[in-house]
Amino acid sequence: MNGKPLVSIVSAGMSKFGKHEGLLAREIFSEAAKEAFSRCPKLDPKNDIKAIFIGHMGEAYEHQGHMGPAVADWAGLTGIPATRTEAACASSGAALRTGIYAVMSGLADVVLVGGVEKMTHRTTVEVTEYLAMASDYPFEQWHGITFPGLFAMMATAHMHAYGTTQEQMALVAVKNHYHGSLNPKAHMQKEITLEAVMASRPVAWPLKLCDCSLITDGASCIILTKPEFASKYTDMPVHIIGSGQASDTIGLYERKSLTSLNATRLAAKTAYKMANTKTHDMDVAEVHDCFTFAELMAYEDLDFCPVGEGGKLVESGETRLGGRLPINTSGGLKAKGHPVGATGTAQAYEIYLQLTGQAGKRQVKDAQVGLTHNVGGSGATAAVHIYRSDQ
Amino acid sequence: MSTKEPFTIEQFYKFLQQQKLMAGKCLKCGKIHLPPRPLCDNCFSQEFEWVSVSGRGKLLTYTVIHVAPQQFQALTPYAVGIVQLENDLKIPGMIPGLTQEQLKIGMELTLDFGSCSSTLQWPHWTRYCFKP
Repeated sequence: MNGKPLVSIVSAGMSKFGKHEGLLAREIFSEAAKEAFSRCPKLDPKNDIKAIFIGHMGEAYEHQGHMGPAVADWAGLTGIPATRTEAACASSGAALRTGIYAVMSGLADVVLVGGVEKMTHRTTVEVTEYLAMASDYPFEQWHGITFPGLFAMMATAHMHAYGTTQEQMALVAVKNHYHGSLNPKAHMQKEITLEAVMASRPVAWPLKLCDCSLITDGASCIILTKPEFASKYTDMPVHIIGSGQASDTIGLYERKSLTSLNATRLAAKTAYKMANTKTHDMDVAEVHDCFTFAELMAYEDLDFCPVGEGGKLVESGETRLGGRLPINTSGGLKAKGHPVGATGTAQAYEIYLQLTGQAGKRQVKDAQVGLTHNVGGSGATAAVHIYRSDQ
Repeated sequence: MSTKEPFTIEQFYKFLQQQKLMAGKCLKCGKIHLPPRPLCDNCFSQEFEWVSVSGRGKLLTYTVIHVAPQQFQALTPYAVGIVQLENDLKIPGMIPGLTQEQLKIGMELTLDFGSCSSTLQWPHWTRYCFKP
């Protein structure tokens, strides 16, 4: 494991995830920006940050497009190039990737990448419609297929092919709620029982309410620079040593496999190769558990276990804190919450905390190498990043 | 088969209104696209012909939707699935009237040509569905 740093993270910030009544997205983002600036006193944000990339999924939530400059403005960064990246739930995974392009190209030595979404002021029916916009319109949305419906169809196919059970999916919720109970910024900080998950009302069979991630308000950001400049700003940088992003057909129905996300597989292959790492090098990972089943599929697509054995891996307890490879120590999308545009860089925020020993009660001992996995839509986008600390 | 109609999703739905399930076949590499597209994703050809596809197929996967956007809320719970047609073509759609217990992966389904809601707004697309 000796991947060369592509860029270095010198600071990170995240708002509390939850219900931010009366606040707009840009106002929530200012909380994340303030934390990132405060953590890095050697950084002069107005002079040092040369570009900002903001993941934001939908104009529909707040009737507000053009979120790049809106966020930059409220973060006190007006003047620099400010661009919104949109890749559905992977919008800030794509912002991170874009920030890496910007730094490595030499066009911007210090870049702020982040994401934001404000969702809780909308009804569940409205959010269901807006989220579905990330899927194919003429054949999926048009025929009443929802976003949970797409992942439910993958879950049904997986159950049929490999014998995966609803109980195994529910165990992901139990684990991630336990992790969330240790994260003071998580939307849900309460544990949940297997029985409660199994008894929750159906959303899209076999997925139940407690199999779904949360409708959440939140923002997150990280600050990137060239590895050779990192020591100017911090003595605790976290290096990104692998970056992969990939795409797939917009329609789930056109894919070869209904039990695996090829975009994840392609992005992971690129990132692992670039980082010169194998899965067993990972100490901690944040994966895209928009639905409990999606975490099981991620285990397989990221090569944490053989194909078809995602359910067995969660049953083994190895992905729980204290296990061999703790996954979604933040609580994941399931318990920390899923303000869609903010999720990708919130995953990076968690890995930054873990690799710098700042994760509090949920700290993974001696964590040095971590991974994030961010999925957009039903898998038409995936971004995988690999991180390493010097400690 | 006629070749003058554009190889678009709009045209695909116009054919459905005429009770025809049609796909676009690339004249260069032979790949069949359902839905049709104006650029072959295999060989980048723009030359196609329309081919008729049988509406009989097998259910590949399914779900039963309980929480839906406003326009579908009155239909809940409703089943949707992805159906495998001939030539490895796949298409999603509703499977009205079937409960989760009645749905089985591999079951035979046939496309039922629905009717277009008579709205003046875009899109004017037919809502087909699948029936056993």
